[in-house]
Amino acid sequence: MAERVTIFVDGRPIAAERGATVAAAMLSAGIRAFRHSVSGEPRAPLCGMGICFECRVTIGGEPHRRGCQTLCQDGLEVSTT
Amino acid sequence: MSAPAIVVVGAGPAGVAAACRAAGCGRRVVLLDDNPAPGGQIWRGDRQQRWLARLADSGVEVRCGTTVSGLELPGATTILATGARELFLPFPGWTSPGVTGAGGLQALIKSGFSIAGKRVVVAGSGLLLPAVASLVRKSGGSVVLIAEQTSAMNMAAFAAALLSRPEKLAQSAEAALSLLGVPYFTRCVVESFDGGRVRLRRGNAIFECDTDYLASGFGLVPNTELAALLGCRLLAGAVEVDEFQQTTVAGVYAAGELTGIGGVEKSLVEGEIAGLAAAGAVDEARALFGRSRRARRFSAALNRAFALDGGLRALPRDETLVCRCEDVSHSRLKGLASWRQAKLHTRCGMGPCQGRVCAAAAQFLYGWNDQSPRPPVFPVPAGLLADPGSFEGEPT
Repeated sequence: MAERVTIFVDGRPIAAERGATVAAAMLSAGIRAFRHSVSGEPRAPLCGMGICFECRVTIGGEPHRRGCQTLCQDGLEVSTT
Repeated sequence: MSAPAIVVVGAGPAGVAAACRAAGCGRRVVLLDDNPAPGGQIWRGDRQQRWLARLADSGVEVRCGTTVSGLELPGATTILATGARELFLPFPGWTSPGVTGAGGLQALIKSGFSIAGKRVVVAGSGLLLPAVASLVRKSGGSVVLIAEQTSAMNMAAFAAALLSRPEKLAQSAEAALSLLGVPYFTRCVVESFDGGRVRLRRGNAIFECDTDYLASGFGLVPNTELAALLGCRLLAGAVEVDEFQQTTVAGVYAAGELTGIGGVEKSLVEGEIAGLAAAGAVDEARALFGRSRRARRFSAALNRAFALDGGLRALPRDETLVCRCEDVSHSRLKGLASWRQAKLHTRCGMGPCQGRVCAAAAQFLYGWNDQSPRPPVFPVPAGLLADPGSFEGEPT
């Protein structure tokens, strides 16, 4: 079976398969709001393929990274704020 | 000095086929892709794909996780295989978490999203809908229903076209079998999504159902931004090419969905032709023209069958957002005359996605045809704009 890794989303540990994207792991963990829109609406991934930017989060301290284009690595820190 | 490298942008079926064929002619090939791995959307996470195995042995230099934000004609031959994105049409509730694209949900599942135990409504239009539904079922989710906007009559005409393509028919039959028991409604559209409740209209009948996810997509839109930046002529939203997949700009080839939506077989044969032609293997390229023409005919039948019904323009309410990046509502856009005016007055299409989601929707809703991309076509750090050389070769 695929190797498991742990990422941290807003400090909360989430288990994921190595090779899964950050967006997929976050959705599987039941996270509904990846970001808030300019008028304050919660948003989650729409396109799943790097086009819509709805899944953008801060990854490893770098803001506006697309969760759907980033693979999970053990210990990766993700922030939705 | 050896011949300059051929640069292929996009590692889906067309780009992979192009890269493999050009490398097979002894040329140095660099293959770029935004995604973490080659394969595009259709082969995402597919470890058995024989074209991907061939790519691994081809000597092609593959650079994934590389976002191409702009292109200048570098002197090197360029093959664009930038594929397509989904067409999303706005309806009340479409910005809520829980609503994804149809291809969007497929991509997320292939990227490791666990849909097991979840209910999914699949809606919109096209052959992607049964494919997505089938993947949901295989992955342990349940499909509440499939809502297809086109009519049964259009579907029947398409089925007749399929009869001349036995391999397509087999694929369709396989998808149909795996969907036994799933309601498939034609002329059916989602009117709204609100907290897990989906409201649908079929003819004059309105009905509702509960779901965990709504996967909605209305077909595909060619990704023509880079081609347009290079000055390639577009025709009806797709890149114009000749039989050798040469665009109207010398040295720039295009293959796959960006020359017209047509599926994997069209992408593969066009990619092979482009790769061979770019490497100068003209006779080998010519030998594939028959296959390419057949793929184009199939593509035309496909696009007729799933042509969008004008009634879909009535789905957004005044307060429904059309631009999700800048939160611009339908009411602020519907009176405007052009895409340019919309950008100037409302910031529509000026957020991070650069109109990739709303421009195609706006074109359908309001009939605007004046979109013209400018670099960078993807957001880049300001430092890169100030000094592009400082980022050269660095994956972003």
